[in-house]
Amino acid sequence: MTTSPILSVRALEKRYGTFIGCTDVSFDLWPGEVLAIVGESGSGKTTLLNCISGRLDRSSGQVLYRMRDGRFPDLDDLSEAERRFLMRTDWGFVHQNPADGLRMRVSAGANVGERLMAVGERHYGEIRHTATEWLSRVEIAAERIDDQPVAFSGGMRQRLQIARNLVTRPRLIFMDEPTGGLDVSVQARVLDLLRSLVSELDLAVIIVTHDLAVARLLSQRMIVMKSGRVVESGLTDRVLDDPRHPYTQLLVASIPES
Amino acid sequence: MTLPSYNFAYLDEQTKRMIRRAILKAIAIPGYQVPFASREMPMPYGWGTGGVQVTAAILGPDDVLKVIDQGADDTTNAVSIRSFFAKTAGVATTTRMPDATIVQTRHRIPETPLKAGQIIVYQVPIPEPLRFLEPRETETRLMHGLEEYGLVHVKLYEDIAQHGHIATTYAYPVKVEDRYVMDPSPIPKFDNPKMHNSPALQLFGAGREKRIYALPPFTKVVSLDFEDHPFSVQRFDAPCALCNARGVYLDEVVTDDRGGRMFVCSDTDHCETRRAEGHSPEPAAHDVTETV
Repeated sequence: MTTSPILSVRALEKRYGTFIGCTDVSFDLWPGEVLAIVGESGSGKTTLLNCISGRLDRSSGQVLYRMRDGRFPDLDDLSEAERRFLMRTDWGFVHQNPADGLRMRVSAGANVGERLMAVGERHYGEIRHTATEWLSRVEIAAERIDDQPVAFSGGMRQRLQIARNLVTRPRLIFMDEPTGGLDVSVQARVLDLLRSLVSELDLAVIIVTHDLAVARLLSQRMIVMKSGRVVESGLTDRVLDDPRHPYTQLLVASIPES
Repeated sequence: MTLPSYNFAYLDEQTKRMIRRAILKAIAIPGYQVPFASREMPMPYGWGTGGVQVTAAILGPDDVLKVIDQGADDTTNAVSIRSFFAKTAGVATTTRMPDATIVQTRHRIPETPLKAGQIIVYQVPIPEPLRFLEPRETETRLMHGLEEYGLVHVKLYEDIAQHGHIATTYAYPVKVEDRYVMDPSPIPKFDNPKMHNSPALQLFGAGREKRIYALPPFTKVVSLDFEDHPFSVQRFDAPCALCNARGVYLDEVVTDDRGGRMFVCSDTDHCETRRAEGHSPEPAAHDVTETV
């Protein structure tokens, strides 16, 4: 395992006027590591994720990313072209609502193939072959390849979105409540799939969730946020089994015993 | 009573200067869509207001104008624009390709090859090749700027997935000088190869969308495709039923209400010239059309 982080966040802050979106957030992410950001609604989790992934301009702070060539620049220092290239090759973004991350009126095959075509793949047969392969990896039947996502169930859409993001073999995936809109059995299936893909592909993941069960299942480390600030961070098992901050204790205590 | 007179070619000189500046910029950056302050014209949008403004801006008293609509010189759009300029500019008009210095066109490039010194003006309804894939103008401009054209291939991929071949038959996207992806206006893809390395200047005007773009003479124009599904043009089994021409774009004409039809040149000038030269349909071709 490499000893240098793939992503480094330093004193990140996002303000909306005088209102704080998130502030004073610092952490490192290592290759192959899954980091969960948990907290209640409005705690700044999604703002933080959007700032890190460059979907939102930050007010201050640094986000450094280890490029494939070993450089470790601040994302703001990259050109827009480089940043966008990074986003569709080295990174993935899984939205809570699959409709945000998919082209709903374009077939499943083209949805998966879009990133390949964006990086210059021009062989229809090969694009289709790769798409078929990825659909089977996310457990979507190959004969659905020409169907549009509007004809898919919520769970299938979410799995399609995952396939679409992973097709270019990214190294870092951002997930915003990936199982938020799914019912419990479908959620379990998606989580199971995510867990196996993450370990198989050695992905670094930042996952935002309010569901501590999801965090426990997927992540090695977690950050607890409240009112835009990090109140506690550490190994997931440690935080969940021995919460120190009163807010984390409240969160953990609020999980219904089954 | 004297009728109010128009400035030469209808538009005032300042407007023409503005349009010429846009044209010059468009020529300097082949395939790039230059915004311009499109004017209201005395015809509805969709009738070629963009093309008319471009023509008005480049027209001189010595020019000979030809206007075609779907290849024909005698359809409403062609007749009305031709008479518009005959009236407002007093320029000579023609239907014959070799005589024309400016050709304004809707939906076709003439069969007679364009020659050096000629200018062809296309009427464009939707200049943005990415429009139906990405609705945001801010985003499409950024995509052009950063040369992010993967999305165009998503459309072609969809065609093959749904139809087994690239089913886009008109407004087929092209890449200009290895840089900008351009919508060649709704010409059939049959005409796409004619744009490549043409000795004539090609100008595109979109009135409602307020964009002008251009291909200077001898510009590289490549139709987009996949390696295993290369670009190909429409093919016709039979020759023109009037002039027996092969390798030209044919229109289907319904001749009666019992399923009778014939395929004839869409370029009327080309067809008439050939017939004047003595070309006539083969007898066998007649039999075929009658038995259909």
